[in-house]
Amino acid sequence: MSDSHAVAAANAGHIAGQIGEHSDGHEDHPAYLRHHFVSLEQQNETASFGMWLFLLTEIMFFGGLFTAYLIYRNWYYPAFVAGSHTLNIFEGSLNTLVLISSSFTMAMGVWCAETKRQKGLVWSLIATLILGLGFLGIKADEYHEKYVLHHIPGSTFSSQGFIHPSEEALKSGEKPLAADMAAKTEVYFSLYFAMTGMHALHMIIGIVLLCGMLWKATRGAYMDGNISFVENFGLYWHFVDIVWIFLFPLLYLISRHQ
Amino acid sequence: MSHTKGIKPMSESYKDHDPDAGHAENEQHIVSPKVYFIIFLSLLLGTLLTIGASYLEMGPWNPVVAIAIAVVKATLVVLFFMHIKYSSKLMKLTVGAGLFTFMVLVGMSLADYISRAWGQW
Amino acid sequence: MSTIVSLPDQATARVPKRNYLTNENGILSWLLTGDHKRIAILYLISITFFFFIGGALAGLIRLELLTPQSDLMSSDTYNKVFTMHGVIMVFLFLVPSVPATLGNFLIPIMIGAKDLAFPKINLLSWYLYLVGGGMALGAMITGGVDTGWTFTTPMSTHFSNTNVVTTGLAIFVAGFSSIFTGLNFIVTIHRMRAPGMTWFKLPLFCWSHYAASILMVLGTPVLAITLVLVVLERTIGIGVFDPTKGGDPILFQHLFWFYSHPAVYIMILPGMGVISEVISTFSRKRVFGYTAVAFSSVAIAVFGFFVWAHHMFIMGVSNYAVLVFSLLTMLVAVPSAIKIFNWAFTLYKGSITFETPMLYAFGFMGLFTIGGMTGVFLGSAGTDIHLTETYFIVAHFHFVMVGGMLMAFLSGVHFWWPKMTGRMYPEKISQLAAVVTFIGFNLTFFPQFLLGMLGMPRRYAAYPPEFQVLNVFSTAGASVLGVGYLLPMIYLIWSLKYGKVAGNNPWQATGLEWQIQSPPLTENFTTIPIVTQDVYDYEWLERQKEHEVTHVG
Repeated sequence: MSDSHAVAAANAGHIAGQIGEHSDGHEDHPAYLRHHFVSLEQQNETASFGMWLFLLTEIMFFGGLFTAYLIYRNWYYPAFVAGSHTLNIFEGSLNTLVLISSSFTMAMGVWCAETKRQKGLVWSLIATLILGLGFLGIKADEYHEKYVLHHIPGSTFSSQGFIHPSEEALKSGEKPLAADMAAKTEVYFSLYFAMTGMHALHMIIGIVLLCGMLWKATRGAYMDGNISFVENFGLYWHFVDIVWIFLFPLLYLISRHQ
Repeated sequence: MSHTKGIKPMSESYKDHDPDAGHAENEQHIVSPKVYFIIFLSLLLGTLLTIGASYLEMGPWNPVVAIAIAVVKATLVVLFFMHIKYSSKLMKLTVGAGLFTFMVLVGMSLADYISRAWGQW
Repeated sequence: MSTIVSLPDQATARVPKRNYLTNENGILSWLLTGDHKRIAILYLISITFFFFIGGALAGLIRLELLTPQSDLMSSDTYNKVFTMHGVIMVFLFLVPSVPATLGNFLIPIMIGAKDLAFPKINLLSWYLYLVGGGMALGAMITGGVDTGWTFTTPMSTHFSNTNVVTTGLAIFVAGFSSIFTGLNFIVTIHRMRAPGMTWFKLPLFCWSHYAASILMVLGTPVLAITLVLVVLERTIGIGVFDPTKGGDPILFQHLFWFYSHPAVYIMILPGMGVISEVISTFSRKRVFGYTAVAFSSVAIAVFGFFVWAHHMFIMGVSNYAVLVFSLLTMLVAVPSAIKIFNWAFTLYKGSITFETPMLYAFGFMGLFTIGGMTGVFLGSAGTDIHLTETYFIVAHFHFVMVGGMLMAFLSGVHFWWPKMTGRMYPEKISQLAAVVTFIGFNLTFFPQFLLGMLGMPRRYAAYPPEFQVLNVFSTAGASVLGVGYLLPMIYLIWSLKYGKVAGNNPWQATGLEWQIQSPPLTENFTTIPIVTQDVYDYEWLERQKEHEVTHVG
C-alpha cells in the first residue's frame, strides 16, 4: 500500500470540480464531469470499476445455478445425457456463433466510440442488435420445440419419450431409460430452462439498453469523449456472452459421441 | 516540517488525488480492431473444437476438455474484449476475487456431495 | 463523573444556517436527492419504521410465550409472527442499519470526498429498499409467511400455504438495495480518497464497511438466485429442490446459507467499525493495533465465506463436510476475538469517560463476547447436535445481533447525532436508556441460553410447563427492553428542536468529519482536505486546538 505522498503545492485560481457558483464556467472541464469527481479519468475509472463489481454479482448469481447443475449432472448422468440429446445441436452451435459475433461487433462499437467514428459506432450497434435478436429468435424456436415435446417442467412434463424412445431416436443410439431415471430428466430440463431462461432475460435487458444507446448514437452521442456508457455496456454484453460460452457445452454437448 | 492545519486547498494534479493511480488505464489504451478480429477467429475456432471434441469418445475426459476450452474462450473475452489485459492491478484483482468466490461456492458445496455415502456417486 | 464533551457557548451559539438540511427545500429535493447525507437520513427514518414493526412482532412472540399453551394465537399464526419478525429484523433492519445510515452519511466525509461514487445508485438503493420493504409488509398484511426467515425447502416450495412468493421477491428486491450500497462503498473507498488519505490512515469505520461491502457484493447474489429458484419451483414447477422429482432440499440450504452466513458478518462488521471509533474517542487513545483490526475486518469477510454449513450440521450433510466446516468455524472466530482484545487494550491506560455512546460500546463488548463464545459451542459439531434448533441458538444470535449489533447502532447514532443534526441529545436520560436497555436485554435473553440447554425447541408456540418460569423472566425483560428502545425515539426527536447546539466537535474526536461544521454542508468540504495527520492522532488534535478558535454560527 502506498505511503503518504508529498503534498503538491496548491495552485491559486479556479479548481476543477469545486462546488460553488459555477455559472457557465465549464471551460476547464467537460460539462459531463460530475462535480463530486475531480477529473474525467477518475469518473471513467470509477464507472468501469462499478460495472466490474456488478459483473461480480452476476458471476455469483449464475454461480448458484452452475452449482446445482454440477451436482445433479453427477447424480443423474444418464438422464442428463438423454435430455441433452433432445437439444438441437445445430441451433445451439448457431447461437454460439451468433453471440460470439455479437461480442465482436460490440467490441468494434467500443473502438468506434473511442476513435470517434460515428457511422462505425452506429453500424456496430445495429449489427450487435440484430445478432442479439437473432439469438433470442433461435432460442424462442428451441423453447417452442421443448413445449411441443412436453419437456417443460411442471404440470405438462412427460418423460414418456425417454422411457419409450421413438424409432429414429433408437436408431441414433438412444437407449431407453428406466422409469425413475427418466423422471430425472425433469431436473435436467428445470436447470436447462432456469439457466438459459436467466441468460435470455439478461439478453433482453441488454437489448433494451442497446436500443436506447443506438438511438442516442444516431443522434450524435458518444462522440465527445463521454463513452463510459458504451464501454460499460460492452462489458455487460461480453459477460452475457461468457455465460453462454459455458452453457453451450454443459447443456448441449453432453456425451454426443455415442 | 509543520503539523499545522490538516485542511489545505486542493491540489490540481490527478495523481495526488488517487494514491492508486499513476499508470495507464484502459481508457488510454485503445485496443485495435486487428486484435479483436484475431480473438474473434480464435473464439470461432474454439467453438468448432468444442463441438468436434464432443463427438470423440474420451471417457471421463470429455467434460474436462469441454470446460477447458470454455475457460480458454472466456479468458480471451475477459482479457481482450473486456480489456482486462490492459487494466490496472485493481481490476485484475477484482476479477480474481469474483472467480475465487465462485470456486468456493462450487468447490465447498461439492465437498459435501462427494463425501456423502448415499450411493449416488 | 468527568466528561470530554465540549460545547460552544450556548448563549451565542447557533446551528449553522447553511447546511445539507437547509440547502434545498421541498419534498422533491429530498425524494430526488443525490446527497449521501440526505439519503442516509431517509434510510434512518425507514429503518426505524421497520425496526418498530419487527419489535412489535417480537412483543407478540414474548406475550405468547408467557404461557406454555399456544393460547394467545394458534401455532400457524405464531409461525407467521416469528417468520415476519425474522425477515424484517434481518433484511430490513440489521443488514442496512449501520451501512445505509451511518455508512452513507460518514464514509465520503471520512475519506475527504464530496459524495459517494454513484449518488444516483445510492438513491436507487433506497427506493429498492422501500419497494422490498413495502412488498414484505404487503405479504404480512395479506396473510403472512410461516416458513421461518430461512425459507427451508420443501416447506417453502411445497407445503406452505402462505405468501412465500411475495416475501421471497421482497427480499430479492431488498437484496439489490444492499448490493448497490456495497458496490458504492467499495468504489468510493478505492477511488475517492482525498490527497494523503492512504489506506492506513482510514478510520477503522471505513475498513469495516469495506469488508462488509465485499460480502454484500459477493454473497447477496447467491441469495437472489436461491429465492428465484424457490419462486420458480413454487409457481411453475421448475424445481431443483423437490425430492419427489429427484431434487435435493439440502441444496437449497447450501445456497441459502452461502449468503446468510456472510450476512451475519455484513450485519456485525459495520457495528464493529462504530465501536472502534467510539472506544478510541472515549479513551482518548489510538485504537491498539490498528493494522490488526483493519486486517481482521477483511479476514472476517474472507473466512466468513468458508463456514456456512455450520448451520446445517444436523440436516444431512456428510460427516466429512461437518468436520471441515466445524474446523473452519473455529478459525473464523479468531479475527473477531482479535478485535475484542484490541479494543480492550485500547481501553487500558486510556482516559475513559462514560458518555452514552461509550455505555453502548461497553455493552457491545460484553454482550458480543458472550454471544461470540456461545457461537463456539455451536460451531463445535458435537455440542451443536444438542443445542441446535433450541433456544440456545436463539439466545446466541440475539446476543450478537441485539446485544452486539443493535447496541453498536445506537452507539453510533448517538455518537454522530450532533454531527448529523447539529444538536446534542440529552445526556442523562440517554445514559439511563442505555442502562435500561442493557438490563432489559440480559433479562430477556440470558434465560434463553438456559432454556436451550434444558431442551426447549425454538419456533414453538407451546412448550412443556417446566420451561415457563424462564420464559416469564424473558418476557419481563422484553418489556424493559422495549422501554429502553422507546426512550431514544422520544428524546432524539426532542433534541432536534431543544437539544444543545453541538458545534463542530463536541467529543474532541479525531477524524475528518469532526473538522467540518455540524450539520455539514451539502458539499461536505469547502476545499478538499489534504491529509497529513495520522488516524486517531490526538496529539495533532491538541495542537489544532491551540492554533484555532472554534467558531460556530
